[in-house]
Amino acid sequence: MIILFYLSSGLFLGWSLGANDAANIFGTAVGTRMVRFKTAAIVASIFVILGAVIQGAGANHTLGKLGNVSTIAAAFTVALSAALTVYWMTKMSLPVSTSQAIVGAIIGWNFYTSNPTDVNTLIKIVSTWVSGPILGGVFAILLFMLVKRFTKKTKIHLLYRDSYIRYGLLIVGAFGAYSLGANNIANVMGVFTGAVNLPTIDLYLFHLDSTQQLFLVGGVAIAIGIITYSRHVMETVGNTLMPLTPEAAIVVVLSQALVLFIFSSQGLSNAIQSIGLPAIPLVPVSSSQVVIGSIIGIGLYKGGKEIKYNILGSISLGWLATPIVAGVMAFLMLFFVNNVFKRDVGGDRTLVVKSDIKASGMEGVSDSVVQLTDTIGKPVIEEPATLLNEPKDELSSTGKTSNYGVYITWGIITLILIMIAAILLYHLLRKKKKYHLIRKQIETIEKKYLLKIENLEKSVEDKIHRHDDLGKELKFRQNEMVTMAMSIIHKNEFLNSLKEEVVKIKANIRDHETRLGLNKLSLMITQDLSIDRDREKFQMHINEQNSNFIHRLSDSFSTMTDNEKRLASLLRLNLSSKEIASILNISPKSVEMNRYRLRKKLKVDPKVNLSDFIREF
Amino acid sequence: MSLLYKNVKQLVFDIDIFIDTVEQGVLVFKEGVINYLNGEKASFADKIERINRLEASADKLQRKIDDEFYRHSILPQNASDIEGMLDKVDEIIDIAKDNLYQFDDELPFIPKELINDYIRLVDTSAESALSVFPAARSFFRDPLKVKEMLAKVYFYEKEADKISRSIKRRLFHEMKDLHLSQKIHLRYFALHIETVSDKAESLADLLSILALKMSI
Repeated sequence: MIILFYLSSGLFLGWSLGANDAANIFGTAVGTRMVRFKTAAIVASIFVILGAVIQGAGANHTLGKLGNVSTIAAAFTVALSAALTVYWMTKMSLPVSTSQAIVGAIIGWNFYTSNPTDVNTLIKIVSTWVSGPILGGVFAILLFMLVKRFTKKTKIHLLYRDSYIRYGLLIVGAFGAYSLGANNIANVMGVFTGAVNLPTIDLYLFHLDSTQQLFLVGGVAIAIGIITYSRHVMETVGNTLMPLTPEAAIVVVLSQALVLFIFSSQGLSNAIQSIGLPAIPLVPVSSSQVVIGSIIGIGLYKGGKEIKYNILGSISLGWLATPIVAGVMAFLMLFFVNNVFKRDVGGDRTLVVKSDIKASGMEGVSDSVVQLTDTIGKPVIEEPATLLNEPKDELSSTGKTSNYGVYITWGIITLILIMIAAILLYHLLRKKKKYHLIRKQIETIEKKYLLKIENLEKSVEDKIHRHDDLGKELKFRQNEMVTMAMSIIHKNEFLNSLKEEVVKIKANIRDHETRLGLNKLSLMITQDLSIDRDREKFQMHINEQNSNFIHRLSDSFSTMTDNEKRLASLLRLNLSSKEIASILNISPKSVEMNRYRLRKKLKVDPKVNLSDFIREF
Repeated sequence: MSLLYKNVKQLVFDIDIFIDTVEQGVLVFKEGVINYLNGEKASFADKIERINRLEASADKLQRKIDDEFYRHSILPQNASDIEGMLDKVDEIIDIAKDNLYQFDDELPFIPKELINDYIRLVDTSAESALSVFPAARSFFRDPLKVKEMLAKVYFYEKEADKISRSIKRRLFHEMKDLHLSQKIHLRYFALHIETVSDKAESLADLLSILALKMSI
C-alpha cells in the first residue's frame, strides 16, 4: 500500500497526461465525428499501455542518466512536483509539457542532492525539445504532400475516401497512442524505476520485469486519464489550436507518432548506429509541441498565411518556464520532505537524513518501511545502506555539501531570477495580447455602435419624414375642413340672403296664391338652414378628426358638454365667431357667449387667446 | 466506425442511381414537350406517367441517401453541403415534372410558326441540365474537374435565355392575331421550359463552390 501511495504522484501525472495528450491523437477524429469517442478511447488505452510496456525503456534510460532518483520518497516528490507544475501551469493557461516538467524536477533533485547533472544528457534532451517540433513539421509537410498527390492521382470517390480516412484515423491513432506510451511513460514512471525494484513476473509467453510492471501501472493510469477525462479535452481544447480536415489530422497524428516513435525506439537507434550514423537520443518529447510543429508544417505548405507565429513564442517559453518552475518546486519540496518528514531523498542528503532520523527518534517510521519490504519477501526499496556504514564518506561528503551549498544557493537565486524574468516576459506578452484583443473588441463595439447610430439616424430621418408627411396630411385635412366649413358658411349666407329677399318680395305682393308660395319657399329655406345635412356631415368629420383632442378635453375637463366640445373643435380650426355661428346656425353673439363660458370652464388666463390655448392643448 | 465498406458501396451506388434517375427525368421531359408540340398525345401521356415514376423514385432515393448520411455521420464536415447539392439535383426533376404536368393541365395552344422555337428552347434547356449531371458525378470522384465541366451548362443556359426572349418578342411584337391572353399563356410556357436550365445553372453554381471547397 505504501508503494502505491508513493506511486500516486506518478499515477496522477499519468492520469493528467492521458487526459490532455489523447486529444493530440484523437482530438480531430472525435471532434469531427469521424471516430466515436468510445472507439477512440479503447484503441488509445490499449495501445498506450502496449507502447509503455514494450518500448518505454529507451527514453527512461536517458532520464535515468540525467538523474537516477534513488529513493522512493524522492521519486514521489519529484513526480509530485512535476505533476503540480503541470497542474498549476495548465490552470494559469501557461504552455506546459510533462516531459519538460519531469526533466526540470529531476534537475531540481540533482541540485538538492548534489548529484551532478550530466550536461551532455541535458543538451541531448533540450535539443530534442527543439528538434521534435521541427521534425514533426518536416514529417507533416512530406506526408501532406504525399496525401495530396495520392488523392489527386487516385480519384477515389468521396465516400470511399471518407471510409478510408476513418480507418486511417484509427490506425494512425493507434500508432500515435503506442508512440505516446513508449515515449512519455518515462515522464510518468521513469523516476520510480531507480527507486523501486519489483520481482519479475513470468507469464509463460513473456515476462514483465520491475520497470515494465511500473510502466504497466503508469500505462493504466494514462488509459484511465484517456477514458475519464480526455473526452472533455477533445471536445473543448482538441480543435481550438486550428480546425483540421480529417486528412490533415491523419498527417498531424502520423507525424507526431513518428517523432515520438523515433525518440523512443531503441531498435531504430541501433539500426542507425549500425550504418555509421550517430545514435538517436531516446528522450521523452512533448507530444503537444510536436503536434504544433506538425500543424505549422502544414500551414507553411499551404502558404503560411494561417499560421499564428506567436504560438512559437509560447513553445519557447514552455521550454524555459516549465523546467525552471518544476525544478524550483522539486527543490523546495525535497527540502520539505527531507527536513520535515525526515525521509531519505537520496544523494548526499541521505547522510543528513539518517543521522537526523537517529537523533529525532524516527527509527520507528524507518523500521516500518523495512518491515513492509520484508513481508513482500524481496527488497522493494533500495536503501543506500552502504553510505550509512561508511563514516569516512560522511566526512568527505559533509565537506562537499558545504561547497555545494554555495553553488546551490547561487543556483537557486539564478533560477528564481530566470523564473521571475520568464514570468514577467510571459505576463508582458499576455498583456500585450490582451491589449490587442481588447482593442479589437473596442473596435468591434465601436463599429457596432456606429452602425447602430447610423440606423438610429436613419430611423430618426424616417420619422421626421413621416412626421412631415403627417403634418402635411394634418394641414391638408384642416384645409379640407376649413374649405368644408367655408362652403357651409357660404351656403348658409346665401340661404339667409335668399330668405331676406323672399321676405322683401312677399311684402310687395298682394296676390294670395303668390304669397302662399313665397311663404312655402321661405319655410323651406329655414328648414334647410336648421336641418343641414352638410353641416351634420361636417360635424361628424370634425368629431372623427378631433377624436383624440376631444378625448383629451373630456379627460381633463369632465364637465364639458357636447356643444362646448364642438365649439372647441371649431376654434381649433382657427374659425372666427361669425363663421362658427354660420356653421352652427346660431347668432354670432351666441357664439361669443359660448366662447366666454368655454373660457371659464377651461380656466384660461384672460391674457391668453382661447383659440391659441385650444390649438396648443 | 459503424459505416462498413459494404454500406459505402451501397451508398455510392444509390447516389449514382439517383443522378441517373434525374437525368432520365430530364430526357423524358424533353421528349414529352416535343411530343406535345407535335401533337403526339399517346406518347405525351406515356411521358407524363414515366416522369411521375422517375420523380417518385428520385425522391425515395434522396430520402434514403439522406438517412444514410445522418445515420453513419458520413463526411461530417461536408454532409450538409452534399445534401444541399443533392436537393438541387432533385429540384431539376421536380420542375421538369411540374412543367410537363402544366402542358397536360393547361393545354396551351402553340401556333405552328412557334413550334420550332419551342422545340429549340426545350432542347437547349434540357441540354443545359444534361450537362450538369456529369459534373455532379465528377464532384464525388474528381472535384478539380468539376469547374471545366460546367462551362457547357452556362453556355446552354444562356442560349435557352436567348431563345426564350426571342419567343416572347415574337409573341408580343409580331403575332398580332393572337389574343393577349394567349400571348401571356405562351409566354409563361417559354418561362416554364427555361426554368429547367435555370435550375441547372443554380446547381452548377453550387457545384463549383463545393468543388473549390473540397480542393482546399
